[in-house]
Amino acid sequence: MIGATLKLAIRALHRNLLRTLLTALGMIIGVAAVIASVSMGIGAKVQVESQIASLGQNVVMVLSGQVSRGGFNMGFGTAGTLTKEDFDAVRREVPGVKGASPEVRSFAQLAVGNQNANAQVIGVGGDYLEVRAWPCTSGGTFGESEVRSAAKVAIIGRTTAKTLFGDDVDPVGQIVRIKSAPFTIVGLLQAKGMNMMGQDQDDIVLVPYTSAMKRLTGATTFRSFLTQAESPDDLASVQTEISELLRQRHKMGPGRDDDFLVRTQQEIAEAATATSRVMTMIIGVVASVSLVVGGIGIMNIMLVSVTERTREIGVRLAVGARGWDVLFQFLTESIVLSLVGGLLGIALGATISQSVPKLFQVPTVIPAWSIIVAFGVSAATGIIFGFYPALKASRLDPIDALRYE
Amino acid sequence: MKPVIQLVDFSKTYASGEIEVKAVRGVSLTMLEGEFVAIMGASGSGKSTMMNTIGCLDRPTEGKYLLDGIDVGTLDRNDRADLRNKKIGFVFQGFNLLARTTAVENVELPMLYGRPVLPGREQRRRAMESLAMVGLAGREDHTPNRLSGGQQQRVAIARALVNRPALLLADEPTGNLDSRTSIEIMGIFQRLNDTGMTVVMVTHELDIASYCKRIVVMRDGLIKSDTEVAGRLLASEQLARLDAEQQAVQLHP
Repeated sequence: MIGATLKLAIRALHRNLLRTLLTALGMIIGVAAVIASVSMGIGAKVQVESQIASLGQNVVMVLSGQVSRGGFNMGFGTAGTLTKEDFDAVRREVPGVKGASPEVRSFAQLAVGNQNANAQVIGVGGDYLEVRAWPCTSGGTFGESEVRSAAKVAIIGRTTAKTLFGDDVDPVGQIVRIKSAPFTIVGLLQAKGMNMMGQDQDDIVLVPYTSAMKRLTGATTFRSFLTQAESPDDLASVQTEISELLRQRHKMGPGRDDDFLVRTQQEIAEAATATSRVMTMIIGVVASVSLVVGGIGIMNIMLVSVTERTREIGVRLAVGARGWDVLFQFLTESIVLSLVGGLLGIALGATISQSVPKLFQVPTVIPAWSIIVAFGVSAATGIIFGFYPALKASRLDPIDALRYE
Repeated sequence: MKPVIQLVDFSKTYASGEIEVKAVRGVSLTMLEGEFVAIMGASGSGKSTMMNTIGCLDRPTEGKYLLDGIDVGTLDRNDRADLRNKKIGFVFQGFNLLARTTAVENVELPMLYGRPVLPGREQRRRAMESLAMVGLAGREDHTPNRLSGGQQQRVAIARALVNRPALLLADEPTGNLDSRTSIEIMGIFQRLNDTGMTVVMVTHELDIASYCKRIVVMRDGLIKSDTEVAGRLLASEQLARLDAEQQAVQLHP
């Protein structure tokens, strides 16, 4: 019975192939929009998450306060309110802190023999690589003694190493001149890729922060430092403890705003994904509207079909079809119609989502659930919007239907 | 002979707007198994209402209708659909075949709604058998647009026969056909009637009614006359006569 009805529905739809396809177009566009937008949303989320993860594990960032120049707020990290004493105090006194390292950022000219490069040079502590979960592929990090003595040692990023030494040379043990001071390379970092801003994180040289401050920047305060909590559960308490300690150290009474900013990795991740989540939601709503429009198109054409086939319905009723048989027949037809639209829409959506990364450098991921949901939603659309026409057909009076011209 | 159709004081009233139209007003009529009855009458005489009621498409407003002993008046929509499926074969004036559907599939249509549904192979076998009975063996795969009017009506008759009904009900079956084809169709009805099938048809053509055994004439919702056909025509003889006449025309140009 179901097989026969299905055959009947496919045949009826095949008869008006162009009409069927035009009607299905609404569903095709709706479903394709859903599939494509979800794949872009998920893709963005996955990308952001991997970038947040590249920051390190259980990281709590401390940024120095903000400064206003000529009415422009320059943002956190510009005021230089964090001192080495603050850093040491945090490391010493905050429970749950496993490791910590300042970040003293600057750009400097590098030279090896006759090769030149301009790269970011970051002054860091001995814990830095562990905090950022960033291993060396060759050599290793420097330790506290090198930091204390402001030693001229450096860890080099993959891209910088390639620029200065070429592909196949292990730079460990070589000398690199940073602003003409010779630094011995002790480690080669694993490649990390781009960060959230699209910057190459591997075009980098790490030196002890003491060396950076003394020899490269001349700064006496830190813009920021990273600390690592022992476990994800400690993040919140570490954040609060650092805030309280710094307020105390900076002698800030109640009611005064912090002159620093403490952010956990989770908060950064949430802020970064919030925008893409809102975008995904908006596109999702638009896509659902087009699904409803597609459904109305199906309803419309099914009503036309019922009217066109009034006599056929009359004959079927006369030879013994029950109302239910007719209802089932037309419902099957509208479900098949919307499923055809849904399947073509899934195919189109997948195609769009495959070509988006090539065109816009935006990653996309098609989750299995989005296909299942799209399939289910198109079946549901067929049922919901096909029900009224099918009901109308099933309630026809056989005498009137047979007489219909 | 047991009665196939029993109408007892049958009335049918239609409410059209505020006015009540009494289409049939108290008719009692019995048709036995193996009868071949023509219902005649002008338009508005109530013959269509009679037809719809006999065909279980409609229920009496008053009185009783028993089909093969079953009281149709007490049945709901679905039960009447089942009853039509089992007991009645319909033949319409406009054939009412499904377009772009082969002859054999058209004939299978009533079996789709049979309870229980027969297996596909059995459906096909019965449909072929039915088509052979109306002389259409070999044209099973033709769609209606490739068949002549007479052939289309034969397919419709095959469709009406396929569930082995107790009653064959024809509504102006020759209305869309030329006179020769009409006689051929009447021949098929006569042959079926000879095998014991009860046939009831509505017609307004007296010469077509003359192929039946009994004529019921309606007027203003009542039976005006109910008579045996005197000088019944036989389709086979009439066709032979037509052929002879045609030959005569060809011999004397």
